[in-house]
Formats: sequence, C-alpha cells, structure tokens
Amino acid sequence: MSADTPTPKFTGVLGWIDYRLPVISWGYKELVAYPTPKNLNYFWNFGSLAGIFLVLQIVTGIVLVMHYTPHADMAFSSVEHIMRNVNYGWLIRYAHANGASFFFIVVYIHIFRGLYYGSYKEPRELLWILGVIILILMMATAFTGYVLPWGQMSFWAATVIVNLFSAIPLVGDSLVTWLLGGFSVGNPTLQRFFSLHYLMPFAIFAVVFLHILALHEHGSNNPVGIDLTKKDKIPFHPYYTVKDVFGLFVALLFFGAFVFFAPNVLGHADNYIPADPLVTPAHIVPEWYFLPFYAILRSITFDIGIFGFTLIDAKLGGVIAMFGAVLVLFFLPWLDTSKVRSATYRPIYFWAFWILLADVVILTYTGAMPAEGIWPTVALIGTIYYFFHFLVLLPLLGRFEKPKPVPESINKPVLPQAAPAGPQAQPAE
Amino acid sequence: MATDAAGGGNRRDFLQIVGWTGFGIGVAAVAWPLVHQMNPSADVLALASIDVDLAGVEPGMAITVQWRGKPVFIRHRTEDEIAQAEAVDVAALRDPATDVERTTSADGTTRQPWLIQIGICTHLGCVPLGNKQGEPKGDYGGWFCPCHGSHYDTAGRIRRGPAPRNLDIPPFVYTSDTEITIG
Repeated sequence: MSADTPTPKFTGVLGWIDYRLPVISWGYKELVAYPTPKNLNYFWNFGSLAGIFLVLQIVTGIVLVMHYTPHADMAFSSVEHIMRNVNYGWLIRYAHANGASFFFIVVYIHIFRGLYYGSYKEPRELLWILGVIILILMMATAFTGYVLPWGQMSFWAATVIVNLFSAIPLVGDSLVTWLLGGFSVGNPTLQRFFSLHYLMPFAIFAVVFLHILALHEHGSNNPVGIDLTKKDKIPFHPYYTVKDVFGLFVALLFFGAFVFFAPNVLGHADNYIPADPLVTPAHIVPEWYFLPFYAILRSITFDIGIFGFTLIDAKLGGVIAMFGAVLVLFFLPWLDTSKVRSATYRPIYFWAFWILLADVVILTYTGAMPAEGIWPTVALIGTIYYFFHFLVLLPLLGRFEKPKPVPESINKPVLPQAAPAGPQAQPAE
Repeated sequence: MATDAAGGGNRRDFLQIVGWTGFGIGVAAVAWPLVHQMNPSADVLALASIDVDLAGVEPGMAITVQWRGKPVFIRHRTEDEIAQAEAVDVAALRDPATDVERTTSADGTTRQPWLIQIGICTHLGCVPLGNKQGEPKGDYGGWFCPCHGSHYDTAGRIRRGPAPRNLDIPPFVYTSDTEITIG
C-alpha cells in the first residue's frame, strides 16, 4: 500500500473547468490523494472535527443574526424571541451555544494530542503557531459572542475582561474607555462586539486554511513521531474520510445529547437575568473553556517588586500571567529541546505531559471555585507549575532525558524482532 | 541612495521622500477616524452631573445612585465605622489615604460621616457588595468584591485581595447641608 496516487487527467466539463481554474485537480491532490500516515490513532480525528464545528458555528451563527437585535434595549428580548417564537430558533441557538463548547473541547484535545506526540517540532513549527493564532481568535470570538445575549453574565464578563486592559500602565484607562465606547459597558460596547463576533470566524477560517496548507507541506505527524516514507502512507480518501466521518458521528452523538437533553448545563443560569449595571452576580464565572486561564489570572494576589519598590502590582501580574499562559505556546517549538517527537519514547516527558494535563484540569476546577479558602493557594501552585513545565522542565528535559530507542520505521515495532540489534538509543541533543 | 556629483541626494530621492511622507500622513489621516470612532460618542460624553438629596439617609444607611452609567455608593457612616477607619496605620496601606482625605469634597469640605465613592472595584470593575443591607461587608466592615475577593474597609480603602487602589472618589460638592452634586 502506498499513497503514490497520481492526479488523474480530468475530462469533459470538469476538464474544461480544471484547465482554466485548477481547483479540481488541487482538491483531488489535497483531499483525495493526500498521503496520510497509515498508523494514525483516533486522536488524529480531532483536527477535521474542529473544522466541522467551525463550519457549524458559522452556519448557525449566520442564521441567528437573521433574528437577533444588537441593541442594549432589545438584545435580551430578541434572544428570548429566538427561543420562543422563531421556528426551530431554540434548536439553532442551543446548537450555537453548545457548538462553541464542543469546538473548544475538540480543539483542546487536538492541542494536547500535539503536545503528547510532539507535533509542534521541526518542520511543523509554523503549523503549530498558526494553531495558537486560531486558539486566540477562538477565545476572542467566544468572548464577544458570550456578551451578545446581554444577560447578567454577558454584562459582567464584558466588564471584567475589558477591565483587564486597565492594568496596562499609563494608557490602560484610556484604552478601556476606547474599547467600551463609554465609561462602562453599554450599547456601544454591545454593537462593536457584535460586529467583531461576526468578523472573527471568517478570520479563523482563513487561518485554518493556512494551517492546512502548512500541514500538507510536510504531512501529518504520527503516533511514532518519526518521518515516514511514501510506502507508510495511504491516500486520505477513502481511508481517512471514512474514519473522520465515523468520528464525526460519535461526536454528534455527544453533541446531540447536550443540545437536546442538557442544553444549559454548560451555561450559567444568571445569564437568563437581563443585564443590570448596578448589581454584580454573586459569583462571576467564565464559560468552562476559560476557567484555567481565569484561575491563572486570579492566582496573582501579591505585588511583585524589589527592595520594597513595586514593579508589577497584583492586577498587572495576574493579567501578564494569564496572557503569558497562552503566549508561551508560541515558543513551545523552541522551548522543547528534545529531538524525539512522541512521548512514547520519552520516559520522563511522558509523565511531565500527564502532570501538565492534571495541572490544567486542577486549574479548570479552581477557576470555578470562589476566590476564598485554599483555592487561591491551589491556583498559585497550579500557575507556577504551568510555567515551570514550559519554561524550565521542557528545556532541561531535552538535555538530560535519555529517550527510549526510536524505531526506524513504523513497520518495525509490530513485527517480531529477529535480532535485538536494530534500533539504537539516540542521545537527545 | 543615488547621489549627484556633489554627494547629496538627487531630485528623485527628494521626490521619494516627499512622496512617502505624504503617503504616511495620508494613511494616518484616514486611519485616525477609524480609530477614534470607537471612543465615547458625543451623547455619551454629554451625560450631565447629578444632584443627590442625602436628607433621608440615616447613620448606618447607604444608598446607590447611578452616575455616568456607574454605581455611586453613598454611605452615612456611624461613629464606630469612622473610629475604625481612623484607627488604621495609614502608612501600611496598599493605597495610603487618611479618612479625612477620603471624605473631602472637590471644593475642600470635609464631612466624615459621608463617604461618597464610585462603586466599582478597582481590580476588574465588578460592583462590590456591602452597600445594601444583608450583603457581606468583607473582613474590614466596608465592602467585599465577590468576583476576585477584594476587601475594602469602612473608608473604602483596599485592605486585602487583588485590587490595586482604594475605591475611587467621584468629583462632588456639597450644595447645601443635605445635598450634593456629583460630576
């Protein structure tokens, strides 16, 4: 089996079009014949799944806009109008709201897949960086979208998040006023968020295109993490189209379970109370997918300085830590100094990966807890470990960890080995 | 850069510099309206100042009024609360301010029973609890921000938690014994 499928010569109408606009042969090359490693496991389903959820969000979003009114006096009512009056409005809105959560869960699994199998390493650094850009755009889109129903959580999420920028020295307060279009969150804020929420998904779509372009240049990484030859690859269609469709059906089962049976469990009841500038909800919690970053934001409750002179106050420190938690991912391809990609062959990194995952889960839980009792301490420890993993552990592991022997080909590990004289341990230089 | 016989820039260099400079100014001139449109519009800026009648607010009571879309906390403090605020070592505070400074109007009138502040946590802009009856007042008897756990004392000064500053004091003046104008 080999993926060395030549592009056929198209004839007839397709041939006429392809001669003038080569989209058909291009599509054939990238979506049909595209050589894909034959050893991919189910964790490789989540990339295409993320693309499908992006399309779902764009389609449901465009439909919702036909019924939604972006004005502070009418937004909340128009959302209720969608829920009660519009034909299948409830379905479209619940699909959009839960679709956002599913988009994030799929993307988070996709990211941790990349972390485990070292998919960010040479020559896929830019592929990874484009992915981080998509993540940031997704966060901005999710945040602006959450404001649109103009409930209590919408209003106060907008207030808290925009006020993060007031931590910036000198220009912070002017910047906040500029972002809000007033001295507090109000109608100008809602209208600009609506505009941006409609714009950004198309920006995501464009970056996804670049992400796939970069992916197809060197092909997918694989669970063994070694570079594969042509004979280790199979054509994308039908082998991975059918596998991705199967994965999609499994995902849609879960998605349907939420949309039809538990459409509000991932949301907050407070967002069904209209926005009130004079009352803050007792417990402001962001959507679950922001909780680890929220925990990191709240973990810095002390000023940082030397000789009693404050360099970074607690507020700026929290903001820097939160943005830093995302920005550090941009440098990951160079922070991880090990040449071995897959954690399967990295005995220490294997555990570091699972501890990092546990750390992020703990931070997620901490972000949902009130900032009292032991939780600020837990958040601080979690934050310190998060940065320790990326900034200290990964650079050192590449130097001191002795990786297990990496197979020379993906055929070797599954065949009984006649002589142990095959693979050799590689020093991780 | 091409040079003429005398070693200076020639006519083409001059035209390039002028051209690119003009282009840069043009881009900036076009970009500015696109940036400035996001700043508060005239109707938002035109929000007038408000008058508040304090006559019905007894010691121990507090009211919340809205000014420029923001809540303003007005608390008529008891003797105990004032004494508590005065007893604090000001130098040890994160944002040092005496109780007298906190209760002085824009034109220099000090009336310690009246504490008038913008009811927005200086951390990330939540409305702290403690201005209504039955709400938690935090560990220092003033206000407590539920969002990220900032505690303010009876003079509205930050005592614990992530907020960097005391609650802000809006510009206000006493127009009579029982009336103030905010803004």
